[in-house]
Amino acid sequence: MVYVLPVVRRGLLAAVVVSAAVPAIAQDAAAPSVPMAPAAAPAAQDVQAALRAELQQLKQQLDALQEKVAALEAAAGRPTQPAAAPAPAQPPAQPAAPVEVPAGAAGAGGPQGALPVYGNVSALSKVFNPDMAVIGNFIGAAGRNTVEPIPALKLNEAEMSFQAIVDPYARADFFLSASPGGFDIEEGFITFPTLPGGLLMKVGKMKAQFGKVNTMHSHVLPWVDTPLPIVNLLGGEEGLNDSGISVSKLILNPVLFLEATGEIYRGDNALFKSYKRGNLAYVGRLRGYRDVTEATNIDIGTSVAYGHNDAGPDFTTRVFGVDATFRYRPLRRAIYKRLVGRTELFWSRREHSAGTADAFGTYVSGEYQFAQRWFAGARYDLSDRAADPSLRDKSGSLLLTYWPSEFSQIRAQYRRTLYGDGPTANEVLFQFLFSIGAHGAHVF
Amino acid sequence: MIKPVFLAAAVGAAVLLPAVPAHAALNVVTATQDLASIAQEVGGDKVKVTPLAKGYQDPHFVEAKPSFVITLNKADLLIVVGRDLEIGWLPPLITQSRNPKIQPGSDGYLDPSTSAKILELPTGQITRAMGDVHPLGNPHYWLDPENGRRIAKAIEAKLSQLDAANASYYAQREEDFERRLKAAEQRWAAQMAQYKGLKVVSYHRSWTNFADAFGIDVIGYVEPKPGIPPTPQHTLDVINAMKAQNVKIVMVEPYFDLKTPNSIGANTGAKVLVMPPSVGGVPQVPDYFKLFDYDIGLLVAAAKEAGAK
Repeated sequence: MVYVLPVVRRGLLAAVVVSAAVPAIAQDAAAPSVPMAPAAAPAAQDVQAALRAELQQLKQQLDALQEKVAALEAAAGRPTQPAAAPAPAQPPAQPAAPVEVPAGAAGAGGPQGALPVYGNVSALSKVFNPDMAVIGNFIGAAGRNTVEPIPALKLNEAEMSFQAIVDPYARADFFLSASPGGFDIEEGFITFPTLPGGLLMKVGKMKAQFGKVNTMHSHVLPWVDTPLPIVNLLGGEEGLNDSGISVSKLILNPVLFLEATGEIYRGDNALFKSYKRGNLAYVGRLRGYRDVTEATNIDIGTSVAYGHNDAGPDFTTRVFGVDATFRYRPLRRAIYKRLVGRTELFWSRREHSAGTADAFGTYVSGEYQFAQRWFAGARYDLSDRAADPSLRDKSGSLLLTYWPSEFSQIRAQYRRTLYGDGPTANEVLFQFLFSIGAHGAHVF
Repeated sequence: MIKPVFLAAAVGAAVLLPAVPAHAALNVVTATQDLASIAQEVGGDKVKVTPLAKGYQDPHFVEAKPSFVITLNKADLLIVVGRDLEIGWLPPLITQSRNPKIQPGSDGYLDPSTSAKILELPTGQITRAMGDVHPLGNPHYWLDPENGRRIAKAIEAKLSQLDAANASYYAQREEDFERRLKAAEQRWAAQMAQYKGLKVVSYHRSWTNFADAFGIDVIGYVEPKPGIPPTPQHTLDVINAMKAQNVKIVMVEPYFDLKTPNSIGANTGAKVLVMPPSVGGVPQVPDYFKLFDYDIGLLVAAAKEAGAK
């Protein structure tokens, strides 16, 4: 409807112009009918002058009208604004010129006459629909892996997102995930961006602000898989993702961007287990960021998570993390070239009946964009297992990614994994990612 | 025990209250340098203007850096280009800014495109098969001086609303801007007069409003579709079209690669112009007036050289 309106308006303008012009033409036509005696020449000149004045006046009126129409057009095409001025009530159905059924179709026994007009009344209700998108994540694998065999071909996930502004005080984001494992609320939370005291609060089910990879959706990861320390120490692909409340604050200072986040979760997820209401999980994070030049920046953070684990109600797990990211992206060639280097370190202290298991893990990764559509990358992982730190898994990967457009990408990853308990795996993973609809921009 | 509480309260008040002194300049943040230039023209010394994206950056692909969050956190007014130009980077920054003044729909959020002359508003169904299309019309609307005037008017109205005490100051400055713009427009029109209908090719669809304002004819684009990089077949089509219509100018925004435009130039004898669509796109373009001075200067010189019409 938003896009139809300007047309209607233009039609209106045309009507106005025509009706304004008609009297002028009529007068023009009338002028020659005045007897053109030689003595009448001055009179004709008068008429001409009068006409000119009238034309001038009409032109001014037209200009004013055009300005008005432009303003109206602009207002009609405006992006949906949150509960500000309610959209001006429009006459519900203004069918455009009826569309005739194409001649050939009619002959073939199809319907005849005007086609029904769809989407006019209902389109109005779409104004407040959230931004919706579906992202397909298709994964293929070749090679040999006896420990974590990925199927040869699999639509790993279809992620549906619904995002919109709720009211003048909040926005909401839902990410639903359908996968061979079932249908799941990946995230669903409300954000209050303007609380007193400069606080930003999120309430709902969400990915905890622990490190970098844990906060990212699978479709924005620069790899097909998830790094080993996330799998071994942070609860796997799903990661630290739970129902809770998150509050963060900017610590303003002249040196760097500094953000402190505190979160409370129900404590029942892939990493933690809750035996009673009081067994909550807590996550804290401090993140610093600084531009080095206009093209380069450094992003560092430390995180901590605490909760009860599956060894029993008396045992807890603490995970500490440090992350660092270096980015280079020249502004003039931002669409052709970029370099990202990142690393995260994890230290897990898991209590169990025989004591405390200390497990370490880390990964180092680099991605380089070398053409508008091409990215190359490499990653090295190393991680103890949380429950049995004597087993250390290692893996190395090489990646190549191609972007047909912003909305799809094709990726290949060669991965060699040395599992702590013996087996070695050599695999090639493929990934097709494709997105339809309007998916909101991601946080940096 | 009570005293420290009072002390803390007093210190707290002392820290919080002077945060918004009555006479401080309005802190205006703009999405681009074009808007910054016009906001500075209207606001004069009563405003402090900070642009986010640089003029030599592709405004569609700006990174949502946390340093921008700090800039936005302190803003009294945010002026965006609108028409979804900044959809890929600005919304999360506004959310993270923790600044209630500049949230969309608030008084400190201004989208001047709502009163501008917008071209290429799609009238039928659009799909991404058309490339990275803008469903709300062409967002490069500041490249028509008429829209510069409308942006200035919108900014004047907004500044007067936020800072009523200086309304007459803003009105007077806006009037002065319009007067100078009118004089400049006559100059630009005179420069372009003999090149009405000049045929050109541009890299991206950035010049629709510019072409409309100055009577040039963009017959094709180096990109096969908005946001899609050049393909050999499309490049060949462009070269053939340029030869058939005797087109001697290729306009390239400073943030695009020159390889394909140069090869088109070599094949057609056309001149490749690196033409900034934004203030700050090249060092010679520090403000809104210089933007047109520079671009029209380049265009006229190239047209003269080619003897093209």
